[in-house]
Amino acid sequence: MSAYSITEPSGRSKWFAGTLVILYALITMIPLAWIMLTGFKSPADAISYPPKVLFEPTLEGYVNLFTTRTRQTQEFLEANPPQNWADEIVRDYDMVIVGPSKFGERFLNSVIIGFGSTFLSIFLGTLAAYAFSRFKIPLADDLLFFILSTRMMPPIAVAIPIFLMYRNLGLSDTHLGMILLYTAVNISLAVWLLKGFIDEIPREYEEAALIDGYTRFQAFYKVVLPQAATGIASTAIFCLIFAWNEYAFAVLLTSATAQTAPPFIPTIIGVGGLDWPAVAAGATIFLLPVMIFTILLRKHLLRGITFGAVRK
Amino acid sequence: MAEVQLHNVSKSFKSTRAVIDMNLTVPDGAFVVLLGPTGAGKTTTLRLIAGLEKPDSGSVQIAGRDVAGETPAQRDVAMVFQQYSLYPHLTVRDNLAFPLRSPILKTPEDEITRKVNEVAEVLHIPHKLDNKATALSGGEMQRVSIGRALVRDPAIYLMDEPLSSLDAKLRADLRVELKRIHAELAATLLYVTHDQIEAMTMATHVGVLDEGNLVQFGTPREIYENPASTYVAARLGQPRINLLPAGTFDEDMPPNAHQIGLRPEHIAHGTGKAAHVVRVEHLGDQTRLHLKLGEHDVITLTEAHTALQPGETIQIAPRNPLFFDAAGVRIA
Ligand SMILES: Nc1ncnc2c1ncn2[C@@H]1O[C@H](COP(=O)(O)OP(=O)(O)OP(=O)(O)O)[C@@H](O)[C@H]1O
Ligand SMILES: [Mg+2]
Repeated sequence: MSAYSITEPSGRSKWFAGTLVILYALITMIPLAWIMLTGFKSPADAISYPPKVLFEPTLEGYVNLFTTRTRQTQEFLEANPPQNWADEIVRDYDMVIVGPSKFGERFLNSVIIGFGSTFLSIFLGTLAAYAFSRFKIPLADDLLFFILSTRMMPPIAVAIPIFLMYRNLGLSDTHLGMILLYTAVNISLAVWLLKGFIDEIPREYEEAALIDGYTRFQAFYKVVLPQAATGIASTAIFCLIFAWNEYAFAVLLTSATAQTAPPFIPTIIGVGGLDWPAVAAGATIFLLPVMIFTILLRKHLLRGITFGAVRK
Repeated sequence: MAEVQLHNVSKSFKSTRAVIDMNLTVPDGAFVVLLGPTGAGKTTTLRLIAGLEKPDSGSVQIAGRDVAGETPAQRDVAMVFQQYSLYPHLTVRDNLAFPLRSPILKTPEDEITRKVNEVAEVLHIPHKLDNKATALSGGEMQRVSIGRALVRDPAIYLMDEPLSSLDAKLRADLRVELKRIHAELAATLLYVTHDQIEAMTMATHVGVLDEGNLVQFGTPREIYENPASTYVAARLGQPRINLLPAGTFDEDMPPNAHQIGLRPEHIAHGTGKAAHVVRVEHLGDQTRLHLKLGEHDVITLTEAHTALQPGETIQIAPRNPLFFDAAGVRIA
């Protein structure tokens, strides 16, 4: 017999909870798994009915995603043997690869804009949250409410003024413009979440550091930041997910240079028929950075969500 | 080490007057204990000296210089907080080394190691040095926070009930240790406690606070033998001083006397008024008698092996009584 504990759940309820969680996880993972599998199907397999669970995997989708191709005459194809394995795949459709597609570029734009705006939101949000939490700021409550009120309408409601403003400022279709825009949207969330986390850190720690010979900024950096790490990590994940998935502004404000992946992926559909495997391949690759980021910060995220629920 | 002075310092929080017009001098090398019930302003006094609070009026001087414009770091004070004083993301070792690594001290690493080990030895925690600060018991945490002050050599040590959550044995050990540090390093300390033994055994001076006012300041003996008011008289002494209406013993007294104060050991047995024994407490080295004198409770001491039983009657009379007027002020 193990020692009796009031807080430790019984074996049966643990088993029950475990089963529920696994079931739920399986259900939510089906669409994801389907997308990932579709990326490795041929176009015919992708739309076959009934849907195929077992199929012969091919990299066609990925090749189509990363390249632009043209259809060629039989003579041309015979005169120019395939250069590599990718070329060989597209020969089946009488095509040759003529160059890379825009996907790599768009993906890189997403990374720059997504992580750039996340970093900026967190950087500014942490400083603002610290100030709201620790200093006597005139009208602090009104300012906090004002910051929150920027989220009370859907951001897209102000699309037209922003569109006009950006055109006049020369920020349309620039990385900087998109980073600033996503930061502006995210910062209210960041300030509010982070203020909650920083409020939970007793002031005595900083006061002790001040007495121990450190300046206020050093105390913030050496004592507050490490303890706010949990909150910062979970806030960063929320900010990144928003910036990474944002579609409407990206369509409206970007085209040639700063276009991100979300508005680009649907354009694949139009190129050479309904190329679902290429779309699925794009979606799969697009998922990876957020997934990796979340897994890296997973430990903090779990603690972050329950943080503050229990008063110590 | 240095002298610390407060001149007419006041501090209010909204409507609460935490410290009122305080004048206090902590002489160089003194061990000053602040006594007072909860909410009396003890912690606020320490925070004003440390620079964590800004006085509403008055000035604080450390080593002769006015520190009004100085940050806590510049004031060169070490403080043991009443609670929450360890950095939870650091190990015990790093907690102890934290003040030494500050940009002001910039101690070389080998000296940090030496000092940290030395202090850990004094506080009986060398085996805990590599633990996370959060993996300690309450008493261990409190010792580490004392240690974080002791690694330094500041103008003054400010300690806010540093021994309050330790067991009796450790408390006694650390009392001796603090006293030794005070003597050997000629350190200046301002120390808050509720514990009478700490106050009596360690202090060179005791200050008694009442709702933000410093009502008496003197040596422990003076405070004990010559309290300025019933309030001060009640702060020291275990069991507490007996306060009875003046004239209870038909004694000689000043004309406006209102109360007579009798320490338990200042009651003569065998003469005077008859009192009923209610309870007999054998404490080993002494015995406490709980008596009923008319409708008043009186506590007195007697020899360890007394044969007195509850229900018996004994005669008691005052010896060296203290007299107080209607406002509680000492008049004789
Ligand atoms: N930051 C603050 N805001 C508002 N009121 C405060 C603050 N700090 C202290 N006070 C008030 O000032 C008074 C003195 O508080 P202080 O902490 O100095 O008491 P103390 O003597 O240390 O008591 P204890 O023995 O309980 O620690 C109390 O009434 C307290 O409520
Ligand atoms: Mg206190």
